[in-house]
This record gives sequence, C-alpha cells and structure tokens, in this order.
Amino acid sequence: MTDDAEATNVSTPAAGSVVEVHDDLGEFRSLRGDVWRQFKRHKGAVLGVVLLTLITFGCMFGPILLPFDTKTPVVLNANRGPGWPHIWGTDNLGRDAFTRGLLGGRISLAVGFVAMAVSILLGVLIGVVAGFFRSLDGILMRFTDLFLSLPLLPVLLVVIVLFRDPVQESLGDGLGIFVLMVLIIGGTSWMQTARIVRGEVLALKEQEFILASRSVGTRPMRIIGKHIVPNVMSPVIVCASLGIAIAILTESAVSFLGLGFPLDLPTWGRLLNEAKDRMSLNVWLVAGPGLLLSLTVMSVNFIGDGLRDALDPQNRSKG
Amino acid sequence: MLRYVVRRLLVAIPTLLAISLIVFAILDLAPGDPTSQLPLTIPLHIRENIRESLGFNDPFLFRWWNWVRMMLINEPIELFESFTNTCIGDCESRDRIISWQSRSPAMDTIYQRLPQTMWVLGLGLLFGVLLAVPIGTIQAYRQYSWFDNVGTFVTMLGYSVPVFVIGPLFIWLFSVKLGWLPTFYKTTHDVQITSWSSIWFQFKQLAMPVGVLTLFNAATFGRFARAAVLENLNEGYVRTARSKGLSERIVMTRHVVRNSLIPIITLLALSIPGVFGGAIITENIFRINGLGQLLLLSIGQNDIPMVQSLVFMFAVLTVFFNIIADVLYGFLDPRIRYD
Repeated sequence: MTDDAEATNVSTPAAGSVVEVHDDLGEFRSLRGDVWRQFKRHKGAVLGVVLLTLITFGCMFGPILLPFDTKTPVVLNANRGPGWPHIWGTDNLGRDAFTRGLLGGRISLAVGFVAMAVSILLGVLIGVVAGFFRSLDGILMRFTDLFLSLPLLPVLLVVIVLFRDPVQESLGDGLGIFVLMVLIIGGTSWMQTARIVRGEVLALKEQEFILASRSVGTRPMRIIGKHIVPNVMSPVIVCASLGIAIAILTESAVSFLGLGFPLDLPTWGRLLNEAKDRMSLNVWLVAGPGLLLSLTVMSVNFIGDGLRDALDPQNRSKG
Repeated sequence: MLRYVVRRLLVAIPTLLAISLIVFAILDLAPGDPTSQLPLTIPLHIRENIRESLGFNDPFLFRWWNWVRMMLINEPIELFESFTNTCIGDCESRDRIISWQSRSPAMDTIYQRLPQTMWVLGLGLLFGVLLAVPIGTIQAYRQYSWFDNVGTFVTMLGYSVPVFVIGPLFIWLFSVKLGWLPTFYKTTHDVQITSWSSIWFQFKQLAMPVGVLTLFNAATFGRFARAAVLENLNEGYVRTARSKGLSERIVMTRHVVRNSLIPIITLLALSIPGVFGGAIITENIFRINGLGQLLLLSIGQNDIPMVQSLVFMFAVLTVFFNIIADVLYGFLDPRIRYD
C-alpha cells in the first residue's frame, strides 16, 4: 500500500531507475483513483467494506443455502442452546436462530438502503432549492430547523401506529409496512443532508463557472443538474453512508418496541423484541441478531469515516 | 444576557406553536375514532353524542386552538398554582386536557412520570459527558498512541452497538447469570435518605439503565471531544500559551478543553431529541415507568390526548435545552456577545 502511494506521489524526486521516472510522469491520476487510494489507507473502512459485503451476501444467500426450514415449527427442537448443527441454537418454535438472523437482515438492510435513498433525495432536493433560490431559503431552513427540534422517535412511533392499518390495507401486509417505514424514516432524517448541501450550494453559486454558465444563458434547472449537483456529491456520499446506519438503527428501534414489522417478517429489531423475554433460555437469540446489527452499523460507520477522509481534498493532497 | 434569554424564549413560542400544529395535525388527520374502543352495544346516535361532547365535530383550527389554549395557558397556570398553593381565577373549573384512558388530566400523569425519566436520562447524560471529555482529551493529546487506538475502537463499538442490544445483554449478564442487579426498575421504591439499604437499592436498580445510557453517550461525545480537541491543539493560541511558559496542564485545561467544550455543547443540544428517543427504548427494556413507557402505553391504548401532550412535552424539553445550550455558549466563549 505504501509502495503504491510512493509511486503515485508526483512530488517524490525520482531517485530510482529510468522506468520509475517514466511511471511518475506518465501515470494518469483520476479523481476516482485518488479517492480510492486514500480510502484504502483507512483500515477500518476497508474492514467495513469487507464486513458489509459479507453480511449482505450472507443475508441474501445464507437462508437459501442453509438446510433449515424456518416456515414449519418443530416443537421438539425448541429452545436448544448453541451447538451443532444450530450454531446459535433454536427459538421457541424450534427454528434455527442463525437462519432467522440472516432472514431478518434481508429486511433490515433493505429498509436501511431504501430509506437512506429517500432521505438523501429529500435532503439534496431541499438543500439545493434552499441554496439556489434565495426566495425559498428562509422558509425552507425554518422548516428544517423545525424538523430538527421535533422529537423524532415519538413522532415516528405515533405516525407508524396511526397509518399502519390503512397503508397495509391498500398495499398488502409486508409491502405496506415496508413502504411506510421507508417513507417515514427517510422523511425524518433528511435535515442534516439538507443543511450541508445548502451550505455547499451557497458557496458554489458564487463561483465563476456558475456565472459563466449563467451568462451564456443556461437555464437554472440545467445549471443545477450539470454543475451544482455533481459538485455537492462528496458530502452527500458521506451523509448517505451514515444515513444507512441511522435508518437501520431506527427501523430496529421501532421493531424492537413491537410497532414495526409483523411477526412473520423478521427484522433484526423484531427478533430482538421476541427474544428479549427468552434470553435466559438461549442468550444467542439476543446476541446473534444483536451482533449482526452492530457489525453492520459499525461497518457502515467505518465506511463513512473512510469516505469522509478520502473525499476531503485537503487530506488527499497530503497524499 | 437577560434580554437575550427573554428574546430566545419569545422566539420559542412560534416554534412550539408550529410543532403543536404538526403534532395535532398528524394525530387528527390519521384515521381513528375515540369511540372505537367502546363496547359495540352502544347505539350509533349515542356514539355521535359522545363524539360531539368530545368536541370532535368542531372545525380543525378551532379544536387546535382550544388545545393550544389548554396546553400553553391553562396548564402552566395550573402548575404554578400547585407549586404555590394559590388560586388564580376559576381554578376549580378550568379546562384541562383529559386523557381518554384515565379520565384525569393528562398533564398530572406526565408530572408523575417525569422524575423517573429525568433521573435516568440526566444521570446517563451527565456521566457520559464526564467520561467522554477527559478520555477524548487524552486521546487527542496522545494521538495514535495505544490509548488513542483502544479508545477509538471502544467509542466506535459503543456508538455502533445500540441500546436495545446492549441492554438485554446487560440484564442477561448482571441479573440472570451473576444475580447482582434487579432486572427491572421498581418505581414504588421510596428512597429514604436516612436508610443506607434504601439508597443502595436505588443505586442498584439505577445502575443498569444509567450504565447503558452512559456508555452510549460517552461513545458519542467521546468521538466529538477527541475531534474538537485535535482541532484546537493545532491552533496558534496553543503555541502562544506554551511559549509564554504555561504548564501543559494549564494549557490543556484553561485553553484547549475550554474551547473544545463549545462544539461539544452544540452537539449536546442537538442530541437532546435523540436522547429522548433513547429514553423510550431504555425505559421499555428496564421497565421504568417514565415518559417513554407512558407514550408506548398511550399509543397502544389509542389515548390521543395523552399522546399529543407527551409528544408536545418532548418538544418543549428539546426547545428548552437548546436555549440552555445557547446561553451556555456565552459563559464558555467570551467572544459571543448577546445584545
């Protein structure tokens, strides 16, 4: 890794062979390559990527590959401690806890990614509009401040309970609660992104290339699409990675309180909610989903940290 | 300073009004009926009368304004009266928000529940910050030492393992396996200052909920304390202080830590809504009958006046702590002048 960094550092005097000199001068350094190089240097972030990939693929394919049936209860097999073949033991209906844990991850991760996308879309939209159109700035930022001072978890719980039944009626049980969850988590976590984006847009707007673009008659919408949005992507990417962690944690918290996904659609929070009363029988019912959830959140946080370092131009130039 | 505080309090009123409108609207627009929990044998026209008597058929803004009047005018007067044992105006027949479930004023129940929540939350926050600031400072002072590396890993751990995972695991370890601590919080326990066993029991039952919240808060604030101190250590004024011949201890405590507290306090104020969210979960895990528990209970019972009052209370506390944080800036940073 360090060799790589040495080789790419243009300012390093080429003391070595002719080949090295040629490398130094001739190498093409793209922005993406630079970011990747800096990112690789953050050990936690690399570990995070590996772990998150493992967990994601494990949750996607694990339940298919593992030979356990989680649909039919086998009461004789209930409440086993950890051992072989059930590495985390079984739950009160004799279902394999590890398979259930992986199944839970599917929904938790899906909610995390989709809710993050909703939150980022809203945040970027509000941030760009507030930063770009001065007339809307005041009202949008007051709106953002208002949301920041709302007690979010209580509001979230109330909204989910109130709207759960009608949404489930119109969209079906599983899809209904998924859509509701994603919209509500996304709709209550966009504020930080909006603030950051607005700040960036305010600074960008005054730069010459925007003025140039404006002076040749480019329409505002096109300026936003072509010049503003690509230039605010760096902080948005960092927000997005941290947003996944927030979304997963929020979903788990709501499900842990028993107000999220129904029993037949396990998520990590839901599994914890079920297991917390039976953990004296088998602690892995709590420790297992808890471990997967914590590892996921930790990976995402590490990736966020790594991206923040890598996307910061000041850090990159230090090389 | 006083003028600033008064102005902030005045600005808080529209914010609270807006929040109350949102809270009221969410609960009001949602499908649901106050009579849905009543027995089916009640005839339709009586149901309609019940709805009428609850003021359910009035226009939305009228009902909202009625609610605001009760919440923001009648309730504070009532509170003032109960503190000072006085009677202002028609203290016998003043309109108050009545819980559908207990048929008594919602705020009375909230006042009963508030101390438990504040004890657990306050202690968790206090210990968390008291741990985070020194640890973060030492971490930053000895950046990349083993202490810093271990600290960074532990804070990342504390930051990533949610309260509802570590809480049950704590119960399993300390109550089920070791049997040291009670599994749930006994609210009826009356703490007597004169009896050591009573204080010891209170300590034991507070240990786990406060411990869990302390860990989480210490991890959150520790990260920021480290970052803030690191940033300040590179400032010119630190070099100046050192070159004046001040001891390292003075440089750190008087200059660096004091300046680093400013962003930490900002974060503290910003994290207050999240802390209340954590309270709901902590109270649920350890069966503490505080505000969070009450909220979950009222949501389950479809007790809309109680839910509205509670969510509004959370909002009031959030706004209140934000104002306190802003006032604290003035003490920490003399450059900030309030006029």
